[in-house]
Amino acid sequence: MSKGTLFDKVWDLHTVGTLPSGLTQLFIGLHLIHEVTSPQAFAMLRERGLKVLFPERTVATVDHIVPTENQARPFVDSLAEEMIQALENNCQENNITFYNIGSGSQGIVHVIAPELGLTQPGMTIACGDSHTSSHGAFGAIAFGIGTSQVRDVLASQTLALSKLKVRKIEVNGNLNPGVYAKDVILHIIRTLGVKGGVGYGYEFAGTTFEQMNMEERMTVCNMAIEGGARCGYVNPDRVTYDYLKGRDFAPKGADWDKAVAWWDSIKSDVDAQYDDVVVFDAAEISPTVTWGITPGQGIGVNQSVPQPEELLEEDRFIAEEAYRYMDLYPGQPIKGTKIDVCFIGSCTNGRISDLREAAKIAKGRHVAEGIKAFVVPGSERVKQEAETEGLDKIFQEAGFEWREPGCSMCLAMNPDKLQGRQISASSSNRNFKGRQGSSSGRTLLMSPAMVATAAIKGEVSDVRELL
Amino acid sequence: MVSEVKTVSGRGIPLVGNDIDTDRIIPARYLKAVTFDGLGEGAFIDDRTALKGEHPFDQPQYQGANILIVNRNFGCGSSREHAPQAIAKWGIQALIGESFAEIFFGNCVAMGIPCLTADAATVKQLQKLVAANPQASVTVNLETLQVQIDNYTAPVAIGEGTRSTFISGTWDACGQLVANASQVRKTSAKLPYIGWGNIAAS
Repeated sequence: MSKGTLFDKVWDLHTVGTLPSGLTQLFIGLHLIHEVTSPQAFAMLRERGLKVLFPERTVATVDHIVPTENQARPFVDSLAEEMIQALENNCQENNITFYNIGSGSQGIVHVIAPELGLTQPGMTIACGDSHTSSHGAFGAIAFGIGTSQVRDVLASQTLALSKLKVRKIEVNGNLNPGVYAKDVILHIIRTLGVKGGVGYGYEFAGTTFEQMNMEERMTVCNMAIEGGARCGYVNPDRVTYDYLKGRDFAPKGADWDKAVAWWDSIKSDVDAQYDDVVVFDAAEISPTVTWGITPGQGIGVNQSVPQPEELLEEDRFIAEEAYRYMDLYPGQPIKGTKIDVCFIGSCTNGRISDLREAAKIAKGRHVAEGIKAFVVPGSERVKQEAETEGLDKIFQEAGFEWREPGCSMCLAMNPDKLQGRQISASSSNRNFKGRQGSSSGRTLLMSPAMVATAAIKGEVSDVRELL
Repeated sequence: MVSEVKTVSGRGIPLVGNDIDTDRIIPARYLKAVTFDGLGEGAFIDDRTALKGEHPFDQPQYQGANILIVNRNFGCGSSREHAPQAIAKWGIQALIGESFAEIFFGNCVAMGIPCLTADAATVKQLQKLVAANPQASVTVNLETLQVQIDNYTAPVAIGEGTRSTFISGTWDACGQLVANASQVRKTSAKLPYIGWGNIAAS
């Protein structure tokens, strides 16, 4: 049993009580909602005659269904229009703050909450989206939940949960040039497996994470869920506080000093006990690419698609399925795989630092012939910042399309979709079958800089050759 | 709301494969709706189309089956409740598998659908028995924690707290959570950040 970790401290502070089922009733400090998983929850609330208990602790935005080209209302897609209207109405009726398109602060829910300073250390956060684990980068305990649980949070500001075990994942040392936070988390998932984290929260610790900026930490925590962990977090430190200071909802004046003192107090103790500890060496991590249909099926860019006999027996069945679906064969080098589409964006890698790294690769070069390459900022603020820095020009001159903010082709609930068997290099988080909008479309996950490299070369390539 | 789930009886449907994710259970294009109605027809639709009638959900012998037998890490991926909703709307009332992704498990529980686990060999045997005799009667008993297929009986598992919510009919936590509103306010009042961060005052 873990003891003295940030997870334990935050859990205890937010425990309302124990339910008859033995589950803990846990207070949720920040509830984020969007258009896909909330309308049914509001409907359930109405059916039961319940009100939103803490409307002031819920914040809404629209992201999944938002078109990234023409955002004029009503949307061309009437179903998307119906969803945004439902959210607009539900927020208005329930007095919930809503960052709508054009507000200046709309964007992917996991991008805007940190940039607004809503996400803070020591909070419990819930959202009807599995990548809520992103907010753990701040030392918050953040859970992705389903729609019935969205209803529960709206009605009671609490969830019924059983406590997780805590695994400390320590990565130490400097990352080599061309190796990014995305490579770190893909490496961890590849090693521990996509179900390795079931039953756990992941504490990311060690000098590698300490050296990362907040956006890099968000990338890592974002994909904790892809490793099966319910949440992931990094203990708050000076980097966290420097990022938060001055943001819209960050504590101000005397509250700031009180906040920092409290945040320091909820860090994992030096002698904290963990249920499990795993240690990695940063120097061993190389630019990583997925070749299969789960985020755990990744390899170094200079490695080859594994032979079945190199895999654990339990992983062979899905590997066979992946070879067939991806049209890749065991032993095939991943480098040189021809690409059709290159997508930079998503809640994993649609932040300003991601765009900066990709722009460094794109600058003065050009997208290979026949490649569709596009960049989707994670939020209106990211877009604004990128344009101020001239990144949009760099991308456009290199032949990338520059789009409006949204979830875009990560899950393709909007017009951005793969067509037929197209294969994409994507900075998103899931390479599941059919994920990017075509039931036979294929996804290779990699860092934004690696996606930019693939766009320029027209095939999977090693970013280090363009640094 | 009291709705006890002590046993689920009917027929089984085997779905072989590890790490079957929520995008496969219900592709994202089916999420474009403000209700869960009509999700049943989208269950596994891309896999079913690719398999041209050979997917268990399309095979005639499994029509009407209500107990889904899966393998490892079923339901990984998105938090979309649309996935268990699609399965439920198809007619599935209980799942048995080696393991389930946690959000998927939580969503199922919140909907009153028990997900029970068994070891790999047992799951394989259950899938084999159902494939050999799709008409066999299957019973999942949450009180005895056993699954029975004709004369074959095997142990199944589920967390004790979750099991008790099914047996007592209290799996729908909403009522209990709402009932504790005053305690919720007391807990929130002790959290320092409640005082310094007023979201509504934007």
